[in-house]
Amino acid sequence: MRHILSLLLENEAGALSRVSGLFSARAFNIESLTVAPTDDPSVSRMTLVTNGSDAIVEQIIKQVNKLVDVIKVIDLNEYRHIERELMLIKITAENEGRDEIKRMVDIFRGRIIDVTDKTFTIEMTGAGDKLNAFIDAIDEALILEVVRSGVSGIARGDKAIQS
Amino acid sequence: MAKTKEILRGAEIFCRALKDEGVKHLFGYPGGAVLHIYDELYKQTDIEHILVRHEQGATHAADGYARATGKAGVVLVTSGPGATNAVTGIATAFMDSIPLVVFTGQVPTHMIGNDAFQEVDSIGITRPCVKHNFLVKDVKDLAATIKKAFYVATSGRPGPVVVDIPKDITADSCEYEYPKEVDMRSYKPVVKGHPGQIKKAVKLILSAKKPMIYSGGGVILGEASAELTEFSRMLGYPVTNTLMGLGAYPASDKQFIGMLGMHGTYEANMAMHHCDVLIAIGARFDDRVTGDLEKFCPYAKIVHIDVDPSSIAKNVPVDVPIVGDVKHVLKDLIPLLKQDKQEPDAEALAAWWKQVHDWAAIDCLKFDRTTDVIKPQYVIEKLCELTNGDAYVTSDVGQHQMWAAQFYKFDKPRRWINSGGLGTMGFGLPSAMGVKLAFPEETVACITGEASLVMCIQELSTCLQYNTPVKIISLNNRYMGMVRQWQEFFYSSRYSHSYMDALPDFVKLAESYGHVGMRIEQTGDVEDALKEALALKDRTVMMDFITDQTENVYPMIANGKGHHEMHLSPKLASETRELA
Repeated sequence: MRHILSLLLENEAGALSRVSGLFSARAFNIESLTVAPTDDPSVSRMTLVTNGSDAIVEQIIKQVNKLVDVIKVIDLNEYRHIERELMLIKITAENEGRDEIKRMVDIFRGRIIDVTDKTFTIEMTGAGDKLNAFIDAIDEALILEVVRSGVSGIARGDKAIQS
Repeated sequence: MAKTKEILRGAEIFCRALKDEGVKHLFGYPGGAVLHIYDELYKQTDIEHILVRHEQGATHAADGYARATGKAGVVLVTSGPGATNAVTGIATAFMDSIPLVVFTGQVPTHMIGNDAFQEVDSIGITRPCVKHNFLVKDVKDLAATIKKAFYVATSGRPGPVVVDIPKDITADSCEYEYPKEVDMRSYKPVVKGHPGQIKKAVKLILSAKKPMIYSGGGVILGEASAELTEFSRMLGYPVTNTLMGLGAYPASDKQFIGMLGMHGTYEANMAMHHCDVLIAIGARFDDRVTGDLEKFCPYAKIVHIDVDPSSIAKNVPVDVPIVGDVKHVLKDLIPLLKQDKQEPDAEALAAWWKQVHDWAAIDCLKFDRTTDVIKPQYVIEKLCELTNGDAYVTSDVGQHQMWAAQFYKFDKPRRWINSGGLGTMGFGLPSAMGVKLAFPEETVACITGEASLVMCIQELSTCLQYNTPVKIISLNNRYMGMVRQWQEFFYSSRYSHSYMDALPDFVKLAESYGHVGMRIEQTGDVEDALKEALALKDRTVMMDFITDQTENVYPMIANGKGHHEMHLSPKLASETRELA
């Protein structure tokens, strides 16, 4: 099953490689991983999407918790939560196709953020499924480049993870 | 007036911090990146530096020192090859949760990443085999980092910590103050067990009809042998120890039924298979212990006490997990067990003990005592007898290690020192040296084989230089015995590259290093030779026992088999069939 783990870790050189190294050393899966400093510059927040049986995910959480640089780990699946991903996608947009793509971007509530005479660059956020649906809705031959941030997640309501 | 703090150079801070940490011995080897530090070591007398002959020897020696004393072993090596040579020893300590603090020199900060001479990414290379590592980027952080390194290495589930120090940091200066305490928001080891879980464990433990206590290296690391012994005696349940846990419960006690696992006793493994409540204490359900997980303890409810949550339910699901320091948890359990109205079922327990004694009556460790050619088991049995089971015994890896575990009866913790997790050949001699430095008055024996011994043989020089008179008991069968045994069993006796041709003359070799060499070729000479060697208190003695080449370690659980599917020795198996 897919799990979204949220980590707080010391914002130190090497902290990221401790986490990613652990996953490769113990043959755990990483579907996506994003990390950036929080409002406290000494702390980084990582969102990591992984796959595995309950026993494996339990072991992943325990092993990640054991890393000395990791301050806190939670499994967002245990909470009502929101996940979002940012996608930047560059699409060939010429002649009459330009209108069609513009309409599609509107339907998916994306924004065109750069325009040339032959291309649109689009910014879109949402859950991964929505971004996939947009990609599927566009003629594959028109897609020039896709950049996805990986999933960021947060719990709903007043639940907050703090260091 | 407030006392002004001293301004010291990084190299001085290094020496002062070790002194303030209470370090007495430092195992190391100099090189370019650590020359400032070595210059300071030259000027001081608080710390004895032990010059090894290879950095692997430094880490193993520090490891032996740590296993015997419970304190962190401390190592100093240079950058590049100094660090990479140390890696095997670091990984050895990591697998057995041994506290080491390893300082590696590094090229100057501004050269890091430039492929400088003797540069290697020590932090990257050691990351998967350390509990934690630090790169010191500012001399102002040096003292605090050293303090943290010792704290992390020795607290919680212990382990090795690497501190990588670029050369320029050792030349820079700053105010020196060694922190008294450490507070790391990201590292807070659990100490006390959860009271609710402990109560649940009490109920389960007292409800057992066929109980089994299975304790591991965690009891030794957690200094909980006295508590384990009290707990076990109070209940009257059978006790087995893992390879790493030997000595945590006295081997000569009537409740002790031997080691378990691949080469454990028949009675311990059968009792594991048939028990209804398994109490696992400071053990990690290693594959050499469990055999096939599908067949592991099929009738048992399991209580598991361990300081490391990730050890719990990693390989085997458990019914009552208790995360906590084993000593604290046992201390909390003991009074609750005493207070509880329920008593262990005496009738069921008596029937269970009868069953265990029946299994033990098979005498699974029996070997042929009639031969002139030396049986390796006999040598260890005699060593145990002549040292009253009270020597510090290190070992290498292979058949001799298993025989040592089976035939040396350890009554005290920290006496049995071997590489259980990583299985590192070459561990025995340097670790014995480390133990002898910690306890110069004690008898220290290294039980080894000729293949393992030569992997770190260079440390014989160190033994002479620092006067560490250890007794090397080499069971020389001219084979890599355990490899040969597996090739006999599983590869139709095709002894591919397991034969040691062109061995050195070990007597002359010992003598050339300034030690005493002895060769023993007959069973009848074993006892006198051991007595003679043990009497040479101030000499390192290399005893080359020419042993039976064909002897195998029994009993054995083959790969993919369960505890109840042990192989006995062929002779014993046929006798047992006759009895049946």
